[in-house]
Amino acid sequence: MSEKTANMKVVEGSYAVAHAVMRCRPDVISAYPITPQTHIVENLSQMVADGELDSEFLTVDSEFSALSVLVGSSAMGARSYSSTTSQGLALMYEVLYNVSGMRLPVVMNVANRAMGAPLNIWNDQQDAIGARDVGWLQIYVEDVQEAVDATLQAYKIAEDPAIRMPVMVCMDGFVLTHVYEPVHLLDQELCDQFLPPFRPADVLDPAHPKTFGAFADPSTYTEFRYQQFEAQLKSQDLIEKVAREFEQTFGRYYGGLLDGYHLDDAEVVLVTLGSVVGTIKDAIDAMRAEGKKVGLLKVRSYRPFPVQALRKALKNAAVIAVLEKDVAIGGEAGLVTDLKAAFYNSSTRTPIIGFTGGLGGRDITVRDIRKIVARAEAARKGIESEFEFLDLRTEIL
Amino acid sequence: MEKSLLAPGHRACAGCAMPTTIKLVLDSAGPNTIVVSPTGCLEVTTTPFPESAWCVPWIHSLFENASAVASGVAVMLKRQKKDTNVIVIGGDGSTFDIGMGSNSGMFERGHKVLYVCYDNEAYMNTGVQRSGSTPFCVHTTTTPSGSQSQGNPRPKKDMPAIALAHRVPYVATASVAYPVDLRKKVKKALQVDGPSYIQVNAPCITGWTFDAGTMIELARLAVETGLWPLLEYENGELTSVKKIRMQKPAAEYLKLQGRYKHLFKKAGCAGVLDQIQAMADANIAKYNLVD
Repeated sequence: MSEKTANMKVVEGSYAVAHAVMRCRPDVISAYPITPQTHIVENLSQMVADGELDSEFLTVDSEFSALSVLVGSSAMGARSYSSTTSQGLALMYEVLYNVSGMRLPVVMNVANRAMGAPLNIWNDQQDAIGARDVGWLQIYVEDVQEAVDATLQAYKIAEDPAIRMPVMVCMDGFVLTHVYEPVHLLDQELCDQFLPPFRPADVLDPAHPKTFGAFADPSTYTEFRYQQFEAQLKSQDLIEKVAREFEQTFGRYYGGLLDGYHLDDAEVVLVTLGSVVGTIKDAIDAMRAEGKKVGLLKVRSYRPFPVQALRKALKNAAVIAVLEKDVAIGGEAGLVTDLKAAFYNSSTRTPIIGFTGGLGGRDITVRDIRKIVARAEAARKGIESEFEFLDLRTEIL
Repeated sequence: MEKSLLAPGHRACAGCAMPTTIKLVLDSAGPNTIVVSPTGCLEVTTTPFPESAWCVPWIHSLFENASAVASGVAVMLKRQKKDTNVIVIGGDGSTFDIGMGSNSGMFERGHKVLYVCYDNEAYMNTGVQRSGSTPFCVHTTTTPSGSQSQGNPRPKKDMPAIALAHRVPYVATASVAYPVDLRKKVKKALQVDGPSYIQVNAPCITGWTFDAGTMIELARLAVETGLWPLLEYENGELTSVKKIRMQKPAAEYLKLQGRYKHLFKKAGCAGVLDQIQAMADANIAKYNLVD
């Protein structure tokens, strides 16, 4: 049997991701329960309890401590893992900057969920988009298989000696964490071939005492930040390279930084992140059958934000509509703002309009996608509204 | 004498008890040690990049997570089957207040980590603000004395009792003025297969305001008055106390410090001084400090 057909099982998304994490052979896992992430770490702790996975599993007092434990373990040279969501990610905020600032290649799955208040446990992407500037790479996935594969890829990217940056693999909460899908579970031998053991050059070792986490005054602080900035830019090539290496080993490819669907001749291009890609593809199939030239660009890597790749991929679009599950209150939203900035100094003058939708778990339907496309077509003649809330229930306002 | 594991050239104030305390701790622990420190005076005075005073591996992450970071270090050492000491060295702000959740988690999980708190009884690095460790009636910049105030209105938080409530198998108080006792306690703590906690009285010259040459004398007076009893708990039992030959009046300790000077200048503070004396007397009685 080839890897394409071997090990295909119908499993819950969280189990599939936990299985992928196990295949990465993490030394230390530290996590705190929060819906809808919990099933991932429950599965991992069961794997440890059953002796399937040889990892140190720490149950801690908060998400803040969960990630802090990994600062210590990663500095010791441990391959380190956690997963979280929403309020948990927000509670980690300080530590997120610390992990990236100390160049510790921690990998974390973020089961994207809305932020309170009002309290809401359902999916949107406000949590991770709100943490876009913390120095972590952010990969957004479309389905469970991609979540599995991106988790393995994430360690290879994070631990590359030229990069040494933490990575968040962002997967829509419930939509991907709780769905049962047929998945190719990863083969251990192939994973070991793909991902070498983590052997960082700098570790806490009494034989070679080093100082980690010194303070930097104005004469050096900027250069620390610049090096992180540069590493993120450099990681663009690596993300693409790792995606191709993964394809060679496992036979699956999702695009590196971006992925397109009916993009080549598309006049209206939708740009988005995450699992809504599936719905959009269905809508595009239907609209293509009606003769509408609609295409999709999936942004896989939101950080680093692949400006050049985006300009290239979208150069033939007549109009661009961005759909995202976050809102920058008082501004617009993360992806649309970044995308407009990416085009401002280019020769392309394509109209770009933005939609926030799916907030707090509201469904985004094929009808919604058709509505966005209609709005985009109208915008070709002149933009009426640059940014709007999709499917707003004005009757309860 | 062997070279200290905390190199000279750090930027702590002259007369600060912190570096002396750290040297005693490190030299008792030896070079096979990894130190984790929270944000604070210790971190900023010893690690201005690209310099470092640390001759052992040292890591600082944040103000409130040193115990969690140390947990990560300790589990990896365990995984590697290495017998290396893990010591958290932090001030009272991170220990008593902002790091409490992280400390509680580390204690409760039972990691083999020695936590040393150099306790100077306020947030000194930010300019002498009150912490949960600040004693009764101390003047700080956020509990100033004034016409309506005699300084900090509450007594010091009992952190050793909190450690004991977590069943931390070794808990002790110590003082920079009693180096033999401190070294002995560090060595003992490092033998424990689990967490341990040592709280060291460490006067701060800028926060307490005293003459630099009197730092050790001041710390000794804290013990001799009964205000800072030197205690040792093993597996939850009080196993040793440092006896006092002759109890000194609390006022003798207080009057040497700027942080208490309002008590001697303002009218109507006699009652407060009596209350502080009563606290010292209660310690003497409770721990049977005077034979």
